[in-house]
Amino acid sequence: MATVRIPPVLRPKTGGQSEVEAAGGNVGEVLRALTEAHPDTSTQLFGEDGELNRYVNVYLNDEDVRVLDGLETAVKDGDTVVILPAMAGGTR
Amino acid sequence: MPGTETQVTIEEIQPFEAAEEINGGDVVLIDTREPHEYQEAHLEGGKLVPPGLLGDEIEGAAPDKSARTILYCRSGNRSAIAAAQLQAMGYDNVASMAGGILLWQEQGLPVVSTSGMTAEQRERYSRHTLLPEVGVDGQLKLLNSKVLLLGAGGLGAPTALYLAAAGVGTIGLVDDDVVDASNLQRQVIHNTERIGMPKTTSARIFIEQLNPDVNVVEHNGRLDASNILEVMKDYDIVVDGADNFPTRYLLNDASVRLRKPVVSASILGFDGQISTFVPYEGPCYRCLYPTPPPAELAPSCSANGVLGVMAGTMGTLQANEVIKLVLGAGEPLIGRLLLYDALGTTFTELKVRRDPECPICGEHAEEVPESEMGKFPDYDAFCAGAGGDR
Repeated sequence: MATVRIPPVLRPKTGGQSEVEAAGGNVGEVLRALTEAHPDTSTQLFGEDGELNRYVNVYLNDEDVRVLDGLETAVKDGDTVVILPAMAGGTR
Repeated sequence: MPGTETQVTIEEIQPFEAAEEINGGDVVLIDTREPHEYQEAHLEGGKLVPPGLLGDEIEGAAPDKSARTILYCRSGNRSAIAAAQLQAMGYDNVASMAGGILLWQEQGLPVVSTSGMTAEQRERYSRHTLLPEVGVDGQLKLLNSKVLLLGAGGLGAPTALYLAAAGVGTIGLVDDDVVDASNLQRQVIHNTERIGMPKTTSARIFIEQLNPDVNVVEHNGRLDASNILEVMKDYDIVVDGADNFPTRYLLNDASVRLRKPVVSASILGFDGQISTFVPYEGPCYRCLYPTPPPAELAPSCSANGVLGVMAGTMGTLQANEVIKLVLGAGEPLIGRLLLYDALGTTFTELKVRRDPECPICGEHAEEVPESEMGKFPDYDAFCAGAGGDR
């Protein structure tokens, strides 16, 4: 099992949970397991082509999966997958 | 213990010999005087270890007991005593500089002095100048630095507060908003009396009361493609606390063109992010976020709410990054994104790499000719549907 860290903007789609346990041998499988458990997260993470949306960054532990093997990146037990969308909030 | 120094042999060297060794490098230079003497004038690179604190502080200042270690004081007495003490502690390559800093200066050798600072400044910044990482040199760098704050609101308020207190010589403030009662839960440089006043003016009043050394420049308006290069060109560092994506991308692209570092943070709810983007040294904002998210994934603080103290936590981290960049000290957050979760009180660090395909700073990014410098893409169209306040 891997731990998926849910960003604040997606927490309404996971029943308020900030971390979700999900099984899978690679990052894509882990994220698919997340979207099966919490279907409302699916369109936020994946485009119609099944690829990760470009505005969503995904990290395995502290490394961007784009510089690893993308969704194919192998996941071990105890790994953390971080979902990170950009935030603009600053001043107002 | 008078007489101790006569019972052991210590090496004494003349100032010109010390200067040659210091210039050659690989020397640990220790100033064995009191803090107020050190602050007035010291040798460049000299680390302050007052005689009364020798036993406690020498290992921090000179961890390697076999390294060449040169001690000096005012006239050569205290450094000779200290040299004997260090030998007894196992330091085996110690010398005391004869005649101290007085003879050194008499011979026309250079010192770092507070001559650039007034008596009032020496007092005001004394807790800074005591730090080896800051010192008088560093404080003078801060006093000569020019920092532009994008936004005088949630993040800008605490950043401006600490940069002003630190003596950053010029602080520019860009904001087109006026102070509102709903700001005061986090925007600590504004106050109830100044509701309705332009934020840049309210901030200037606050900063001038805190520190008269700071020159505040008000840019009461919004940055856009037509004015950003003109506004940014006179500043050394930009602090990004913008509330919308078009401005963040515009700022990024302009800062890469002008090669100016940007300290960028954002806050929402109980979460914050911060990174430091130094063009071509590390990734830029577009390497991290190539495209903005749609509105439902990027609510604004005014729609979603934000814990007031989050602005303080992330804003003061921004101020810390700015000060390190000015001083050239420590490890800025270049290529690192720091996430802060205030509910769990946890920090998470993620690696951010330069994207070779980045359209702005990547390998294939085209050099922008002088005639095109002020021309930028249509960011509102690029960010259409994206979140943020505008």
